[in-house]
Amino acid sequence: MGTGPLLLLASLEGLVMAAVLALAAVGLSLTFGVMRVVNVAHGEFYMLGAVLAWAVAQFVPSAPMGFVAALIFAPLAVGALAWLTDTALLKRLNYNPESTIVATIGLSYLLQQGALSFFGPDARAVQAPFELRLQFPWFGYSGYKLFVIAAALAVLAAVWWILSRSRAGLVMRATQVDRNTARAFGINVDRVYAGTFALGAGLAALAAVLIVPISQAHYLMGHDPLLLSFIVVIIGGLGSLRGTLIAALIIGLSDGILSMLYPPTLAKILATLVVALVLVFRPQGLFGAKA
Amino acid sequence: MTHLPRRSVLAGLAAGSALALSPIRFASAQTSAPVKLGFQLHRTGIGAGYGRWYERVALGALARVNAEGGINGRPVEIVFEDDGTDPKRGAEVVEKLTTRHGCDMIFGPLFSHVVIGSAPRAAELKVPYLVCSEGYHVAAGMTNRWTLQPGITDVRAQVSAMAPWVTQNLGKKVTMVFPDYAFGHDHRDFFSEAVAAQGGEVIAKIAIPPTETSFTRYFPQIPTDTDVLYHVMVGPSVLTFVKELGEFYGSGARPQIFGFIDSLEGVDLASPGLDFLNGSHFWEGQCRNKQPDAPDYETAYRAAVGVDDNGASLSDARDVSTYSHMFSVWETLSVIKKGMEASGYQSTADRQKFVEAVEAMTTFEAGLDHVQGAKTFNGKTHQAFGQQFISRVEGGKLIRVHTTELEDGLYPDEVDYTAQSF
Amino acid sequence: MRPALLHIGVLAALVAAGFLLPAYQHGMLARILVMAVFAMGYNLAFGYTGLLSLGHALHFCAGMMATGLAMRHGLAAGPALILGLAAGTATAMLTGLLALRTAGVSFMIVTLMFAQAFHLTLLYYGGFTGGDEGFPLPSAARRLFGLDLTQAGPRYAVALALFAAGLLAQWALVRSRFGRSMIAMRENEERSRMLGYNPFTTKLAALALSGLYSGAAGAAYGLLFGYVGASFGTSQYSILPLLYVLLGGAGTTLGPLLGAGLMAWLIDAASSLTDSPLAVIGITLIVLVLFAPKGILGTLREKGLKWLP
Repeated sequence: MGTGPLLLLASLEGLVMAAVLALAAVGLSLTFGVMRVVNVAHGEFYMLGAVLAWAVAQFVPSAPMGFVAALIFAPLAVGALAWLTDTALLKRLNYNPESTIVATIGLSYLLQQGALSFFGPDARAVQAPFELRLQFPWFGYSGYKLFVIAAALAVLAAVWWILSRSRAGLVMRATQVDRNTARAFGINVDRVYAGTFALGAGLAALAAVLIVPISQAHYLMGHDPLLLSFIVVIIGGLGSLRGTLIAALIIGLSDGILSMLYPPTLAKILATLVVALVLVFRPQGLFGAKA
Repeated sequence: MTHLPRRSVLAGLAAGSALALSPIRFASAQTSAPVKLGFQLHRTGIGAGYGRWYERVALGALARVNAEGGINGRPVEIVFEDDGTDPKRGAEVVEKLTTRHGCDMIFGPLFSHVVIGSAPRAAELKVPYLVCSEGYHVAAGMTNRWTLQPGITDVRAQVSAMAPWVTQNLGKKVTMVFPDYAFGHDHRDFFSEAVAAQGGEVIAKIAIPPTETSFTRYFPQIPTDTDVLYHVMVGPSVLTFVKELGEFYGSGARPQIFGFIDSLEGVDLASPGLDFLNGSHFWEGQCRNKQPDAPDYETAYRAAVGVDDNGASLSDARDVSTYSHMFSVWETLSVIKKGMEASGYQSTADRQKFVEAVEAMTTFEAGLDHVQGAKTFNGKTHQAFGQQFISRVEGGKLIRVHTTELEDGLYPDEVDYTAQSF
Repeated sequence: MRPALLHIGVLAALVAAGFLLPAYQHGMLARILVMAVFAMGYNLAFGYTGLLSLGHALHFCAGMMATGLAMRHGLAAGPALILGLAAGTATAMLTGLLALRTAGVSFMIVTLMFAQAFHLTLLYYGGFTGGDEGFPLPSAARRLFGLDLTQAGPRYAVALALFAAGLLAQWALVRSRFGRSMIAMRENEERSRMLGYNPFTTKLAALALSGLYSGAAGAAYGLLFGYVGASFGTSQYSILPLLYVLLGGAGTTLGPLLGAGLMAWLIDAASSLTDSPLAVIGITLIVLVLFAPKGILGTLREKGLKWLP
């Protein structure tokens, strides 16, 4: 394959990876930014979304209908679970950072076991809502992957709109800046936190429903998205949506290019170290405000 | 009072009801206490997909052994312990089964790192450890006198046996795609060697990082003059790999594709996105789809482990078995029975005699004891060698096109365990 | 006085346990003691100095690999063990030099990334390190001070000796001037800076000590149980010491042992009694964090036993 087509494929793949990263990370960015808590169970919420998408598809006859049903049902179910988690657990811990980490580690064990017990250990394939294979002269490409890029942009735009243009977003931002002052102004901080946590988890589930047709639902799948989301969120800067998007692009594209220059495993090692060093030398992230 | 795992109680009940229904008496034994076998089970962790089926096969084999009178006139029970597919926990499970449950011997693990991590403890505790792993570690000399693999052919032999057919029927220029860790490296090294011996050549070796979940970007590294694309992947992302391969080639020209069924073990070939596999070939350890000439004992085996003619669970057609590997559990129990009978095994004091009895075995006849087919057993390397199958995908089913000879996979001994002390 | 008696009492009980316990519990306790050393190392960084690392598997596995590879190439167990301690210390210092430029969540992620890179490196150089499969250590080479470590008795003795040394050193350390400066980092870094402490060197030294303990534990684990593998470098082994310490009580001298012991017992019981071992662990963690957020010993200390070390 010539250099041109190779570059085309690499950039397509890089963009898809960036979309996947951005989708997985946006929910975490939100909870992290507003609540300042590390939700270790974020990856498991994502996994739950994927597994539910598979489960829903079993009850719905056609692939497009199953996809739409999952798109509605999975985020709502996961969001409700997260709301419950927040009120029954995190609130009682007073969002203490260390306690929250332990509690969400415990929660992720529970969710993994739940998925294993109810859905089994197999990797489950979910059909894409439409089958479209783009045939370039040199290689074929999945049309659905391009759709994922578009969907990621749409989701990010929607979250941006909620945060910056809606009343809910205003309340969330106010709570983020100073929760005591927010409370003094009559904002129900408890509800904001529960809502933010539910929204973050729902976004993780939404991301999973979108992504699962190009990967699979599996009860151990939550680990990688968790890690990648943290990286994207921190490199992008806490709570910065623009940062999240740009960090996802940088990581997605550079991962693709590195893996062509070096043996793939070595490329992974290098990419991991590069991310670590970015954090070391710019701990506030690329777009976060200086502390 | 010791608490038994629920599953082993169930197993005991199954065994008990088999006894109640059959006229067999366990009277000839000097002791009527049951023979206790420990099963190191991948119930959770990355091996859980295999573990579930290994457990079902073990229970099916157990019911059969008990219905036929047990071992040395004694009933048999199996204690299952989850190892989380982790070497540390695996070694602990070996200890627990031996010193706490008092098992006579241990069998069942699949994943190589669990086997290699647990084997030293089995040797220290002097308990026979029979693995169902297909890994090359036993025959390569990485384990010890107490570790045996009598139920399944190792990867080196499997891979070597494939090369002649692949080079003669699919092409001589091969590109390999494999996971970048030990299992993949065994494939890389031994297949390259065997292909070269056939006058063919491996022109590219594409190692996929173990954490990878997306594969398209590696496909441009496949040279355009490739005749055969050889793939073997494991883990939950395998389906993505195969689907993306299909998208990449699309309707354009593509090489012949030869894969190890590990890439799709436990996966329904009718899954969305796999239609492009039609016409490609797979190695199979045992034919998942029942072939027209399937012997009666294979039919009986399918019924005993709850698998239909498509290799899926009788209760759920979407629940596809790990058919190319799980027979090893069934056959290993047969070997345990034969070894215990040959050595006149009575108690844990006879464990060494058991190992020596198994080491003395040379051939296994095809039949209800060895449902995958006839095998030879090399007592020096503790490794069994059986025939392998190559199947072609047609309409979502695997149709056997070639059966290898036992000799195809043999290689010089790398170790002589019988020269080691107990 | 009471803390001294408590430590001596615990060690005496452990010696007695070595003679009294049945085979299975005996072997399990030997493993717990080694893992408790790992947890004590983690406690020095997290419990006393307030450094929440998610990458301690790196130091544990580095110690294990250094010892294992040295023995594989013919070095005797004693010198190989020293090499393991050095590897744990060195990796902690090297990563600490960089990671300590960050704090809080960034510190967690940076340490996690370093550990991830290390694990991948072990796999990438699998021909040398044994990769994911790992390798067994030759039984003949597993001898220390004339003790045959493939036997249960000597194995327990060595594990207990290592644990006792670690426990007493930790106790002395946290009572020392340096120990107080570590705790000052955790409580209020700015204030301690004004009092004349150098936060960076204090934290780096704490990390180095933490790495020393972790490396020692990893090296001993390989040596005592005869297997060395990259699976000990996965993120799971970074989470484990955190759980042990949180369960037992962060910043308490005996918390790591209690946490490691309870966790091991819990996992063991869960895998026997149920089909859902993960759920049991999950529920325990949640119950714990709700009702005893400072860990067991930390909560006891808060509820009246103020003298608990």
